[in-house]
Amino acid sequence: MRPGKFAYHRAETIDAALELLTNNEDAKVLAGGHSLIPALNLRLAQPEMLIDIGRLENLRGIQANGSLMIGALTTHAQIETSAAVQQYCRALSAAVSKVGDPMVRNRGTIGGNIAHADPASDPPTVLLACDSIIHLQGPDGTRTVPVQDFFLDLFTTDVQPNELVTGIEVPNMSDHKTAYAKLTHPASHYAVVGVCVAVKMDGDTCDHAHVAIGGALPKAMRSPGAEAALAGTTLDDAALNAAAEALMDEIRAEVMGDVYAPEAYRTAMAGVYLKRAIRQALAS
Amino acid sequence: MSTRIFGSGIKRREDPRLITGGAKYTDDMALPGMLHMAMLRSPYAHAHIKHIDTATAQGMEGVVAVYTATDLSLGAVPCAWLVPNSDLKTPAHPPLAADKVRYVGDAVAIVIAEDRYLAQDAADTIHVEYEVLGAVVNPEEATQEGAPQLFDDVPNNIAFRWIASSGDEGVEKAFAEADVVVKDRIVQQRLLPTAMEPRAALAQWNSGTGEMTIWCTSQNPHIHRFILSGMLGLAEHKVRVIAPEVGGGFGSKIPVYADEALAAWASMKLNRPVKWAETRSENYLVTIHGRDHIEHVEMAATSDGTITAIRGTVYAGMGAYLSTAGPGIPTILHGLMYCGPYTIPHARCESIGVFTTTTPTDAYRGAGRPEAVFLMERLIDQVARKLNMDPVELRRKNLIPPFEDGYTIPLGLTYDSGNYEVALDKALAMIGYADFRKEQAEARKQGRYLGIGVTTYCEICGLGPSQVAGATGFQGGLWESTIIRVTPTGKVHAMIGASPHGQGEETTFAQLISDEIGIPVEDIEILHGDTGNTPMGWGTYGSRTTPVAGAALVLATRKIKEKARAMAAHLLEAAVEDIDYEDGKFFVKGSPDKFKTIQEATLMATLAWNMPEGMDPGMEASQFYDPPNFVYPFGTHIAIVEIEADTGIVHLKRYVAVDDCGPQINPVIVAGQIHGGIVQGVGQALFEGVVYDEHGQLLTGSMMDYAVPRAEAFPEFELDHTVTPSPHHPVGLKGVGETGTIASTPTVYNAVIDALQPFGIKTMEMPLTAARVWEAMQRRNGSANGSTNGVHEGS
Ligand SMILES: Cc1cc2nc3c(=O)[nH]c(=O)nc-3n(C[C@H](O)[C@H](O)[C@H](O)COP(=O)(O)OP(=O)(O)OC[C@H]3O[C@@H](n4cnc5c(N)ncnc54)[C@H](O)[C@@H]3O)c2cc1C
Repeated sequence: MRPGKFAYHRAETIDAALELLTNNEDAKVLAGGHSLIPALNLRLAQPEMLIDIGRLENLRGIQANGSLMIGALTTHAQIETSAAVQQYCRALSAAVSKVGDPMVRNRGTIGGNIAHADPASDPPTVLLACDSIIHLQGPDGTRTVPVQDFFLDLFTTDVQPNELVTGIEVPNMSDHKTAYAKLTHPASHYAVVGVCVAVKMDGDTCDHAHVAIGGALPKAMRSPGAEAALAGTTLDDAALNAAAEALMDEIRAEVMGDVYAPEAYRTAMAGVYLKRAIRQALAS
Repeated sequence: MSTRIFGSGIKRREDPRLITGGAKYTDDMALPGMLHMAMLRSPYAHAHIKHIDTATAQGMEGVVAVYTATDLSLGAVPCAWLVPNSDLKTPAHPPLAADKVRYVGDAVAIVIAEDRYLAQDAADTIHVEYEVLGAVVNPEEATQEGAPQLFDDVPNNIAFRWIASSGDEGVEKAFAEADVVVKDRIVQQRLLPTAMEPRAALAQWNSGTGEMTIWCTSQNPHIHRFILSGMLGLAEHKVRVIAPEVGGGFGSKIPVYADEALAAWASMKLNRPVKWAETRSENYLVTIHGRDHIEHVEMAATSDGTITAIRGTVYAGMGAYLSTAGPGIPTILHGLMYCGPYTIPHARCESIGVFTTTTPTDAYRGAGRPEAVFLMERLIDQVARKLNMDPVELRRKNLIPPFEDGYTIPLGLTYDSGNYEVALDKALAMIGYADFRKEQAEARKQGRYLGIGVTTYCEICGLGPSQVAGATGFQGGLWESTIIRVTPTGKVHAMIGASPHGQGEETTFAQLISDEIGIPVEDIEILHGDTGNTPMGWGTYGSRTTPVAGAALVLATRKIKEKARAMAAHLLEAAVEDIDYEDGKFFVKGSPDKFKTIQEATLMATLAWNMPEGMDPGMEASQFYDPPNFVYPFGTHIAIVEIEADTGIVHLKRYVAVDDCGPQINPVIVAGQIHGGIVQGVGQALFEGVVYDEHGQLLTGSMMDYAVPRAEAFPEFELDHTVTPSPHHPVGLKGVGETGTIASTPTVYNAVIDALQPFGIKTMEMPLTAARVWEAMQRRNGSANGSTNGVHEGS
């Protein structure tokens, strides 16, 4: 593989990285490289400069303190094996454990994943279902964005050209039952459809449910229809079917088709994997 | 006697270097002063080239040269399988397109630069003005009125029309008189060979000696030398081709491509070494593809289940140009095998080779035979269904009875040996066929869909008698040769003309030699891949290395043994007739304590102080071997699948394979060949398929889109074998490199269709992806959403 020519700088501090970003219009941040390097090799991206943030240790790691603070450079593998994540948000553990293959999980980072905003990614769907907050830092300081406002479109986010994603804040979901169900593409291993649910039970009754879907759409989406269909039910088959129908209706107009999964199939699988996610959540 | 090395599952001697990164591939080589070549390839499937502007590229720092077609003095890329009696058209395949491009990836210019990044940067700046023409990617449509024409002198894009028939009248009559006839339209989708190592070439011209050395990814360096010397206009003895470590080929490294010739030509022109290495994207775009048939096939049978005839018309996509062996694949290696292992009296195959604006096709693992076995096994299942007969019993009824030395089929081939029913019964017992049917019925009641598929196959390999090669238009011989040289201390260099690239012959051939003369495997080196130090041979493909080169090796080893016996007799002061041999020792009959080892005999023959009258010094033998016939391995494969009702995902639950390749030199290596073969064949059934859009753009151009099967998709394979030696091979060996691929595609396909019986599905297009299976089930459930997506309902 033959990328075009680029300059390479390794940032030793966040400020240094931000300064390089600000002073070089055509620079790109390099984290795990598992989306950026393929794009360089295919010459789909030809930045003049790469700013390697891989050594910014303060962007790596997971703190559980009321909510989860996951540093942007934390790898999928680190999240997958974190006891705190398992306790706060099982669906996130499940989702990252299904990312690609072990090599991808060992190198790919959650910050890079959401900054790249591939519509077939897994983590965004979970972050959306769990009302997470994205932490950003730019030359003028830090700011936070609710995940609902973070993803704008296919490969497009609210990250400004001179900003870094520094971390992701996931609320403590341990009072919910959460699960992530994924139909995996046999070639890429990305999500053909991924559904995350977080249900709050009150005895046998569902107090409320959060439902998000990814893979099938230009960006991950919450499903108000499915959430409404589930709330107040015992999550019996009728409720699950109604939720699946509502979800399918909501996405039908926007669903993406491709050689492997035509639109009708993807739409139907959204319903199937929603039901699977709920059943998995209840069994957890 | 000690345990025989023949038949022992010793570990592959190749593996330590491959696993630890010690192996050297073409792209690992570097030479002083080496330049790098990048190709500018057409983004259009079909277009006139109006103008090429290379000025910017020429002026870039680090760029040494930019060449287009007008600069070249290089012969066209030849086709080397000129199938006779087929009105074959062989339009020129220029190494660089001159006035027209004919597929996405057709090369238009080359850039030679100081490094490969610069070469690519420069190629990106070349501006080509194209006038875009219509594309056609479907070989059947390409023959129709009004389809875009690739070549002015090839009407309707028809490259050839070839017929194999047992007698047209008999075929017609059998169909007219049949109780049942089933018909199918089968799409053998295009496949990407996906060898782990993409192609590469490094060429070094020595202007002082006038010698050209080319390291390249080849399955047949002697063929590469033969053809490249012609293209380059160099005498053959001045060209040396070396295939160093080669990371798989599956047929894709048989052909001679423009790329390696261009690198060599540029090296001569610039008098510096030039390297070219394919990217994976290029590999998917321009390295040959496999299969690509559209077939209209039918089978005739009587009501008692006797198959009376089979016939088919095949539209075989050749791509934009005829690749080296392209025309031979859907003809000789396909049509002649239309009878399979069955006593079918009448058969006819008409194969129409068609140019389309796509990547050229050529041999891909199994090459023509998987397609033949697939259509046979598909049709048999459909006849069984129509007659309400068990598909296994229908097969059993039509199998050729056991034979040990020749069985001639109506299409003219003489199978060497076969005992088909024994393999079938063994496989049925392993899978528990009768019990499965009960389990299947139970499962269906619970809304679970299980299916079973059975394939009884035989195949032609060990290519082959050179006389047949000539008669079928193959522009080469198909014999092999070897030189075995024993060093003074009794170590062996065995040089072979064939060129293993993953099959393990460095191990199995050492076992063959060791088995004959008792020199330990560790003391034997198999040398291959370098035309500079190996004798002529035609290469490794068509499961031929063991049946053909292996035979040469055994015969040469026996010459060594006879010389050593004579030497030992001389040293023991006995008559040659009185010398016995066991385990590397020659001794006087009846007194095994008085012996000379093979090493002692060799040392004495090498020192030559005291030779028998008339014997030359040294311990060396050479042998050519032209096989009297092909070999015909066979077997039965059975698969059980379960289909997820709500998603259409196919799970392969069990896979049983009973194969007969004659005696096995190394059962572990045989199992490895079968495992890999099964996986590739299942890849075709369930996962793999090249997709072009209507403009001829490759939509499955990367591993993100083209699904090569992974370990997770497979159960533990259950393997067994029977042993039916080939009567004409010195140690009875048959080939096993392709059997898995040949058998597994229809096995799994039939299992899926069997599982879908409650839905009345008769046939579907491969690959049987989850979406296609789901859609088929939906259609039957009456809630289809429009698209047919390759699904055909049955009655
Ligand atoms: C074979 C393969 C299979 C995969 N399968 C899946 C899958 O199944 N599911 C899935 O979700 N993902 C999958 N991925 C993607 C993987 O999860 C990576 O997480 C993802 O590629 C991005 O993370 P990275 O650290 O590699 O980012 P990089 O490739 O380094 O960067 C990606 C982009 O984000 C930007 N960026 C990176 N970090 C930051 C930051 N902190 N702030 C601002 N911008 C930043 C970069 O500039 C670049 O534009 C797969 C990747 C591969 C190669």
